[in-house]
Amino acid sequence: MTVPLTVSPTAPGGVEEAGESLWHGAWKRLRRSPMAIIGATIVLLFVLVAVLAPVLAPYEPASSEWTSLSTPTFVQGPTSEHLLGIDRWGSDMLTQLLFGARQSLIIGVVSTLIGLFAGAALGALAGGLGGWVDTVVMRFVDIMLSIPSLLLAISIAAALGKSSYALMIAIGVAQVPIFARLLRGSMLSQSKSDYVLAANALGLRRRTIIMNHVLPNSLGPTIVQATLNLATAIIEVAALSFLGLGQSDPAVAEWGRMIVSGQDRFLIAPWLSFYPGICIAVTALGFTLFGEALREALDPKQRR
Amino acid sequence: MLRFALRRFALIVPTLFGLSILLFAWVRILPGDPARSLLGQRATPEAIARVNEAYGFNEPLVQQYLSYIGALLHGDLGISIDLKEPVLNAFVDKLPATIELTFVALLFAVVVGIPLGYYAGRRVGGWVDTAVVSTSLLGVVIPVFFLAIILKYIFALKLGWFDTANRQSARIDAEHPTNFYVLDGLVTGNLGASWDALLHLVLPGIALGTIPLAIIVRITRASVSEVVHEDFVRTAESKGLSSSVINRRHVLRNALLPVVTTIGLQLGLLLSGAVLTETVFSLDGIGQYLYAAIRVRDYPVLQGFILFIALMYAVINLIVDLSYGLIDPRVRVS
Repeated sequence: MTVPLTVSPTAPGGVEEAGESLWHGAWKRLRRSPMAIIGATIVLLFVLVAVLAPVLAPYEPASSEWTSLSTPTFVQGPTSEHLLGIDRWGSDMLTQLLFGARQSLIIGVVSTLIGLFAGAALGALAGGLGGWVDTVVMRFVDIMLSIPSLLLAISIAAALGKSSYALMIAIGVAQVPIFARLLRGSMLSQSKSDYVLAANALGLRRRTIIMNHVLPNSLGPTIVQATLNLATAIIEVAALSFLGLGQSDPAVAEWGRMIVSGQDRFLIAPWLSFYPGICIAVTALGFTLFGEALREALDPKQRR
Repeated sequence: MLRFALRRFALIVPTLFGLSILLFAWVRILPGDPARSLLGQRATPEAIARVNEAYGFNEPLVQQYLSYIGALLHGDLGISIDLKEPVLNAFVDKLPATIELTFVALLFAVVVGIPLGYYAGRRVGGWVDTAVVSTSLLGVVIPVFFLAIILKYIFALKLGWFDTANRQSARIDAEHPTNFYVLDGLVTGNLGASWDALLHLVLPGIALGTIPLAIIVRITRASVSEVVHEDFVRTAESKGLSSSVINRRHVLRNALLPVVTTIGLQLGLLLSGAVLTETVFSLDGIGQYLYAAIRVRDYPVLQGFILFIALMYAVINLIVDLSYGLIDPRVRVS
């Protein structure tokens, strides 16, 4: 009986130290990786732009002050007053793009968090409890995986109606199976490792082993996946808007919808669609680069 | 091999069964009564009563589910609320366009992707490798529909190399016995029509195939760069086999296994991407049909579409699993 007592102060400490050194080492490798630096810079800029949009934007959003400068025959290109020209609805393009970053950031982050927490909870439940819980949860995950994720998001968003919340839930739920499967998988492989065997031998309770040892050690791949999923989520937000789902209020700038709205003046002003498209691609690139760099940095094979 | 195939097939059935329950529940758990949400703004009391009658929403749930599944097993996917025609008929009508598009996209991804990935994987760290890896990264982050718009702008509108809209030019007078336009031209001896239909598929195919291309390149590269360090490759080298034999029989064959899985998995991506690509290029396939259905919330169409895609997805992945046996004898034995 005294064994767990004498061990418990050192055991979590030991794990924490190991965890620290893994993350510490990852941090050191991240700082040296050009991919991580470029990715982090883009992500940081994107977040700053989204947060500071009201300060940075030269004009009021969705002002439609210059409708005479956006007609079926003429669209005002870049001038000194409007650095990127006028948008489809007669507002300042730069202003609209800056505010569009907010929608992408909010919907992207919230939906990924929904997917991460719901998926991780399901995965941890399946991986931690095993037995019939595992079977039921994983069957459910299999069913969700039998539908391509974009299609799953489309069907959920179509059912929920046109709003930003619908997009968040739809894209979030579509990510659940990925996270569930990933966390369960890494928990299963962790529970076969020697330290779990040791903890078992020391007589630690199953719950303690899973919550304090297996789960924290399994989170790495899930966090990497979440970073990568932010890129996918931002692209999916645009795709769903493109299909006419999501936020329908034209006053709220959203990159995907800006691409669509530029389509009818495409021949005379292709940039109406190009600017928002480039914004989406660059933002997604930032998250992807950072996620890939994080994956490499956390990969035990990379440790020297 | 047969037992493996049967066991693998048996795994699909419970998944599809579960999916059918989810889809059944989907329309019924929406807020408000199902008839109202099915009809949307057109929900007059008479219309609601008619829909309740037609869809049996007044009956007990179990009864409803049994008749739903019974109809499904007879190939009845329901009737489109908007177009008032059986969903299955529309699918059969429009599926050829989507299959053609998906096929061209996948062909583009495989034919370009495997050689590129192979070349990069043999020379990891070289400039070709760096270029291939960074380009494939770009391929993943550009939204499909945005790429479609760019391609349409440059190659159709500006350079005029391709027609942008529809599956075939209006000036071409062609018969369509199979509805596969490329095939139709061959069957009816109208090669010009085939060529024209093919040209209409080039830009959509590239747009749709870019993400699978990027993924196939990366997987092939990773797989090849691992296999070249395997012991059996060294053995083959020390046996004095020529490098082309080593590359073909040992490196490529072993490296292709994960690539084949990936190709199977891309199908889901392609089918959902088709919704976006078909919309940009106004190709009359099931993607565009779904797009129209989303706009008016035509649930029977959405339900039918999802079930149909899930079935196709499952069958394709089954075929992929079985094809392992052909590539890798170890799978056959176990």
